[in-house]
Amino acid sequence: MDVSELTPVKAQRRSFREARIGKLVCISALLLATSVIAGCTNDHISFLNPQGPIAEAQRNHYWIIVAVVMIVVLPVIILTPVIVWRYRYGGNATYRPKWSFSWTIDILIWGIPFVIVAVLSFFLWSATTALDPYKPLSSTKQPLRVQVVGMDWKWLFIYPDQGIATVNRLVFPANRPVAFELTSATVMQSFFIPALGSQIDAMNRMVTRLHLIADKPGSFQGKNMQYNGKGFYKQRFTALAVNDDAFNAFVKSAREVGRPLNQKQYEVLARPSTGDEAAKALGASWVGGAIRFSQVPNGLFSTIAQGPSIDWDALDNASSVNRNASASAMRNEHAMAARDNDKVPARNGEIAQ
Amino acid sequence: MSHFLDMLFGRLGWDALPFWTMLQDHSTLSIINGVIATAAASMVVIGALVTFGLITWFGKWRLLWSDWLTSVDHKKIGIMFIVISVVMLARAVIEASFMRAQQAVGLDGGFLTVDHFGQFFTTHGTIMVFFMAMPFLTGLINYVMPLQIGARDLSFPVMNSISLGLTAAGAAIVMISLMFAPFSTGGWSGYPPFTELAYSPDAGVDYWIWAVTLSTLSSTLSGINFAVTIYKKRSPGMHLFRMPLFCWVSLCTAILMIFGMPPLTVATALLALDRYLDFHFFTTDLGGNMMNYVNLFWAFGHPEVYILILPAFGTFSEVFSTFSGKRLYGYNTLVIATMAIAVLSFTVWLHHFFTMGQSAHVNAAFGIATMLIGIPTGVKVYDWMLTMYRGRIRMSVPLVYALGFIVLFVLGGLTGIVLANPSVDYQVHNSLFLVAHFHNMLIPGTLFGMLAGTNFWFPKAFGFRLDERWGYRAAYSWIIGFMLAFFPLYALGLLGMPRRTVTFFEPAYLPWTIAAGCGVIFILFGGFSLCVQLWRSIRERHLNRVPVGDPWDGRSLEWSISAPPPEYNYPVIPQIYSRDAFMREKDEGTPYQRPDRYQDIEMPANSAMGVVIAATGFLMAFGLTWYMWWLVIASGVVALVAIILRGFVRNTSRIISAREVQETHERWLDIVNHTPGVSRAQEQTTANRGRALPPINGASQ
Repeated sequence: MDVSELTPVKAQRRSFREARIGKLVCISALLLATSVIAGCTNDHISFLNPQGPIAEAQRNHYWIIVAVVMIVVLPVIILTPVIVWRYRYGGNATYRPKWSFSWTIDILIWGIPFVIVAVLSFFLWSATTALDPYKPLSSTKQPLRVQVVGMDWKWLFIYPDQGIATVNRLVFPANRPVAFELTSATVMQSFFIPALGSQIDAMNRMVTRLHLIADKPGSFQGKNMQYNGKGFYKQRFTALAVNDDAFNAFVKSAREVGRPLNQKQYEVLARPSTGDEAAKALGASWVGGAIRFSQVPNGLFSTIAQGPSIDWDALDNASSVNRNASASAMRNEHAMAARDNDKVPARNGEIAQ
Repeated sequence: MSHFLDMLFGRLGWDALPFWTMLQDHSTLSIINGVIATAAASMVVIGALVTFGLITWFGKWRLLWSDWLTSVDHKKIGIMFIVISVVMLARAVIEASFMRAQQAVGLDGGFLTVDHFGQFFTTHGTIMVFFMAMPFLTGLINYVMPLQIGARDLSFPVMNSISLGLTAAGAAIVMISLMFAPFSTGGWSGYPPFTELAYSPDAGVDYWIWAVTLSTLSSTLSGINFAVTIYKKRSPGMHLFRMPLFCWVSLCTAILMIFGMPPLTVATALLALDRYLDFHFFTTDLGGNMMNYVNLFWAFGHPEVYILILPAFGTFSEVFSTFSGKRLYGYNTLVIATMAIAVLSFTVWLHHFFTMGQSAHVNAAFGIATMLIGIPTGVKVYDWMLTMYRGRIRMSVPLVYALGFIVLFVLGGLTGIVLANPSVDYQVHNSLFLVAHFHNMLIPGTLFGMLAGTNFWFPKAFGFRLDERWGYRAAYSWIIGFMLAFFPLYALGLLGMPRRTVTFFEPAYLPWTIAAGCGVIFILFGGFSLCVQLWRSIRERHLNRVPVGDPWDGRSLEWSISAPPPEYNYPVIPQIYSRDAFMREKDEGTPYQRPDRYQDIEMPANSAMGVVIAATGFLMAFGLTWYMWWLVIASGVVALVAIILRGFVRNTSRIISAREVQETHERWLDIVNHTPGVSRAQEQTTANRGRALPPINGASQ
């Protein structure tokens, strides 16, 4: 079985060939099996073929807008040529050079767009509040927490509850909400998995939030939408929705074969480089276009979100594998909730404290 | 010695030369990009040398200096603005072609390096907004508005010349960045922290900052000038509600310039403080917050959108009513709609960053405000259709642009409403869908408006019509080219392709990028046609002269005077009794009256201030970019001294004697009386000498 089928993106496939395979083959094969079963040899790239309820709602909203606005657009496209022909110079149609106003027509041309905008505003308000990226998704399952750090030019995904991290590969269980917290270790970026739903900006010294869910197992293309330099076009990742067993296997494999994310590793990672370049610099394996870390210091994410200089000594390195909710992240959450004094999650204006 | 050279050249070194990288790195990609960059730089150098050479050869320096560069005549300044914008348009279209070509072969590769591509999209955007569209519309308003309100010049003629100088300096900074590279790769919006020193240490962003700063200063001054002129210099009887619609859009544009431009001047100034003096407004550390920049930028950026589009709306209003031989439908409605757009444009800036994580309610409020702008805009479109309704529509080059505009613009409006919805914007923000949308507004809107305006008012400015055959070719090529080049981008955006990406890896994108690449061929042919049109028109100018000055059976005041108009525009300031002032005179059979008496006319005297500000502004910006501090100080001192000295100038005006005015005017009236009127059927023939035949046949009121 060729593991490279995991990476439909050509660039990643190429870098895979250079990568060392070692003992990871069998574990990766497990992941591969799940994605093949899911029937996804190609990534889903667009919300026009939605793979989750949010992208689906966005697609539907898109077509509603197009249909409603057509009420104003179509008459212009159809009537303009008709008028130009009927009232052409040399034709016999009525000519009234001083006619310039009609109350009836004016009420219509103001009124109809007004009604249309009113209708669209209703859809806009309900869709915007319903699909607010900050709004937790209703589900019987506890959401998986993922902390996303935008770096030049790769994505670091920290799983605080599992104590692991990956670069450029996001694996999560299908049918279970994923609650993202995002920040940037460098300039502004925009985190986006089109087939699942909204994009959201990741900004330095700020934390933004996003909630997504995948309907079924599958592989979805993810990318950065905000230009951030030389490696921008390569700052893409694969988001892989898998079943629960495969997810557990993935966590286990990361713990077993990954390396701990310590100061030295992080500093290499934080240098401007694409994912494969970073893997090379780290001497890490690049299986399936991803780097894995077995241990992540508690509170790393919130420390990154506070600014560019990280005090590694202050981080909780001892209990790096924390299978429950990361304590510092919990504190952060409480602090924000206390500040807002209600259940609304913190907003971007909230600079990380 | 080396210390001295460091001081002299700052950080400008050999590596700034466009072919330097190519000499160091012999890879194929590097050589291709080096050749492209070197060719571009050579074109600038050769263009400049040929221009200088020709002027010297024909001995025109004195004429250029006294009749153009130091002239404060609003008409000449308007023309010079448009010349700058056409030159810059040519460069930016070529850059666009390179980007489309790159993406047409960009599946997993291509021929441009990432940095080169970054400079392409940054200069393309910066030029098109600040050095193509802005000078074009400023030039057009400069030329037309004072004529339409019956004024002799703008309120502040010397300031007008300084505006031109500042824009010229900014444009020159962008051009010289081809010779001493690089330019910024931060996009036309220059978002920090990417544009901060820590992430973009080279001179590129500094070029961008100073070019944009010069441009925004220029536009603020122009805005003040236009607004004051409209308030204070209308001829007697020209009430606000008797002004042609173009003057109304000029007023709205001026107000938007006054309030919209300073936020960007401030934003670029703060960014400059960050980069030069180690401030921390937008940096990633020490309390910097880039969101402040983003808000400031779009507090400028959204009014700017309407600065770009409103003058086109005004032009199309004139074109529709003139070529339909009919009054503009719903004048009051159009005025209210224009004002509504101008006011609402300050309330929607947040829709440029829905994805920054505001609360859903904030996003929704701004989304609805954005859709509200769609109402007056939609009303305008229907007003134009109703202007044509029951008219006598004569096909002409400006009208082809106008019709292309009306049909394509509503599609842009549709996608604008799509983008106004935060939930959908979350999907298409930062994608090529967005790029397609704003090109859909700015090409059929702004650019077609400007080209229609050029075709419409060219005979007024130069005294002869533009060639129609090549004019039609240009218009149709632009329309088809636009559709082919930008409709595919909508599809690509929906498929999730980010903007500003040099290469892509999705085979599904390829057919669309190739189609868009084909569109560029049509657009290039459109540009070529414009050149041929101008060339043929100049060659055959004796056949197409319209000395009487009313080639299109025009409605507003500017058509009542000779083409080209005399320096003082009106020998006697006209008295206005209604809208469509000149059409009313023609209807009543009283145009071209001989005035009872003439008076001396006081006109502003020439001033070199514009040239001085252009030169010092350029040198200061160049010095700042390359850290040549001596140059910054020297040019600053010169500018300051010039400004102070200007305060001591006593002769700021000159008198044109009543006799001279009378002679010129009566000579022209003789021509008018000896010129037979032509019917509209002969409008585009050599029989058209600029006198329209009254009355309008077949009219039933």
